Amino acid sequence: MGLLEVNDIHTYYGNIHALKGISFEVDSGEIIALIGSNGAGKTTTLRTISGLMEPREGQVIYDGEDISSARADTLVSRGISMVPEGRGVFAKLTVEENLDMGAYARRDSGIKDDLKGMYGLFPRLQERRRQLAGTLSGGEQQMLAIARALMAQPRLLLLDEPSMGLAPVLVDGVFDTIQRIASEGVTILLVEQNAHMALQVADRGYVLQSGEVAISDTAENLQQNETVQKTYLGID
Amino acid sequence: MFKWRSDDFSWVDFTIDVLRVLIVLGVVVGAWNTLSSGRISFAQWVNLFAAGLSQGSIYALIALGYTLVYGILLMINFAHGEVFMAGAFSTVFLAEALNRTGFLNEQPVLAILLMIAFAGLVSMSVAILLERIAYRPLRGSPRLVPLITAIGASFFLQYTFRGLYGSGFKAYPGVKALQGVIQIGGISIPVVQVFVFCAALLLMLCLYWLVERTRVGKAMRAVSENKEVARLMGIDIDWVIMFTFGVGGFLAGSAGVINGLFRPQGVNFYMGFIPGIKAFTAAVLGGIGNIPGAMLGGLFLGVIEAIGPNLVLAGLGIPGANQLKDVIAFTMLVLVLIFRPQGILGERLSETKA
Ligand SMILES: Nc1ncnc2c1ncn2[C@@H]1O[C@H](COP(=O)(O)OP(=O)(O)O)[C@@H](O)[C@H]1O
Ligand SMILES: [Mg+2]
Repeated sequence: MGLLEVNDIHTYYGNIHALKGISFEVDSGEIIALIGSNGAGKTTTLRTISGLMEPREGQVIYDGEDISSARADTLVSRGISMVPEGRGVFAKLTVEENLDMGAYARRDSGIKDDLKGMYGLFPRLQERRRQLAGTLSGGEQQMLAIARALMAQPRLLLLDEPSMGLAPVLVDGVFDTIQRIASEGVTILLVEQNAHMALQVADRGYVLQSGEVAISDTAENLQQNETVQKTYLGID
Repeated sequence: MFKWRSDDFSWVDFTIDVLRVLIVLGVVVGAWNTLSSGRISFAQWVNLFAAGLSQGSIYALIALGYTLVYGILLMINFAHGEVFMAGAFSTVFLAEALNRTGFLNEQPVLAILLMIAFAGLVSMSVAILLERIAYRPLRGSPRLVPLITAIGASFFLQYTFRGLYGSGFKAYPGVKALQGVIQIGGISIPVVQVFVFCAALLLMLCLYWLVERTRVGKAMRAVSENKEVARLMGIDIDWVIMFTFGVGGFLAGSAGVINGLFRPQGVNFYMGFIPGIKAFTAAVLGGIGNIPGAMLGGLFLGVIEAIGPNLVLAGLGIPGANQLKDVIAFTMLVLVLIFRPQGILGERLSETKA
């Protein structure tokens, strides 16, 4: 069943036509990878889904409802959570305050338990819970950004280049975490320039090029695809 | 500092350095003359200091409004002096009514709490309306635009109150419980000064608790750091911005009542202008956008204003030193902007942080 359906969306920055009719689908429980080179429109696609931007044409359908013009802050409680490009932790808030902000839209009594669960998942964050987030290393900030997004109890998690700027050792950890989150039943839309890793964890993938979907296939087939191998996997 | 010795000599740096030296010299000579003359006793210095702290804590309460709004929108709400006036002026009527019924002197604590709540709510409403009507539609436009709007809004508020209540002064009724002095080891401090300082301190502690400990306070800090990510957390940033204006307004209104009980000359439609500029000075002094900075900046300015003229100006033989109080504040503003635009604790007042 389709949890998210993106229907021919066109999104602009002023006069710049960034997305030129993008369509794809994400089913419940899937991990979907969006790959593409710099400037292809990956971030803009996530920003349009999460409500930070509004498409000028086309629709974003989530859970059967048109959310094309819903504001970002109203979508969090409906289950869409995003880890922005560059992590976006609140540097002047402590680690724990960042996690509290992740649960801002929630009003239930399970927040305390979820916080404990998050510390179980990321023990480093517990050690540093009273520290300002700005003092964490890049890898720790990425963990914090992911944990903060999970505090909202999302059904759909949007991840924008979670491996960006991380040492190779840490990249493996991030992808392990992504798989673990998916195994808990969270649907994941993963944007990556690291196509190699992304296609290893994903079920299906879409290749974006200049604001359009160039190729779409299962992750396995994409890994075998010649164009993908040449352009994104560095295989000749 | 002292860069003009090397190749990159510039007349601006040179002038600024000469200014520095002259100021330091003037302060030292003036202070030396005053202290060596023994014209002012120790007890008198303590009294000046205490009066300065009280006045300064009122500046601090108003300064917090500037700094909160700047912290969240990088905008200076130049109509904030009028937000202070609105609460102070409206509540003078409530104070008179409470005085007529005798409640003010029978239950001074309750009566003053009631007045503070009332003034706080009036100023809060004015600040929120200001944000909704005058500033929100202009968000994202060049910085000069909301600044001009703020000046227009100031005039609008001043002349609205003048139209409603005339241009005369109205004094807050005296509260018996606040009269008299407290004796501490041969030094007598007026009760009203102790009240002003403690009331302001209590309000500032409440603010600290709000910003540091509560959900909405964390949201305020998150919005001030990154609006887009704050929205991704589910924070309605328009609401948080409105709330911030409201908090700043509430503090300004309370300052209005405290000020009214402290200063006998009364309130009128124009009363917000000077305290507004002084509180702005205090906020810049402490580092605009920085909450403890605004508190310290306010106290510091109040004390400097009280002590400075007597210590430095009188020592330099300048006549009528105490009438030059206001000059001190504005000189401080200019000096801070020249020498340390980021203030004592704060970040630079800049175009870059967006
Ligand atoms: N803030 C912006 N203003 C103008 N153009 C932008 C902005 N952000 C992105 N773009 C343009 O939109 C296109 C897609 O960008 P983006 O979605 O960030 O790509 P990706 O995330 O795939 O690297 C690019 O051509 C980029 O130049
Ligand atoms: Mg991107």
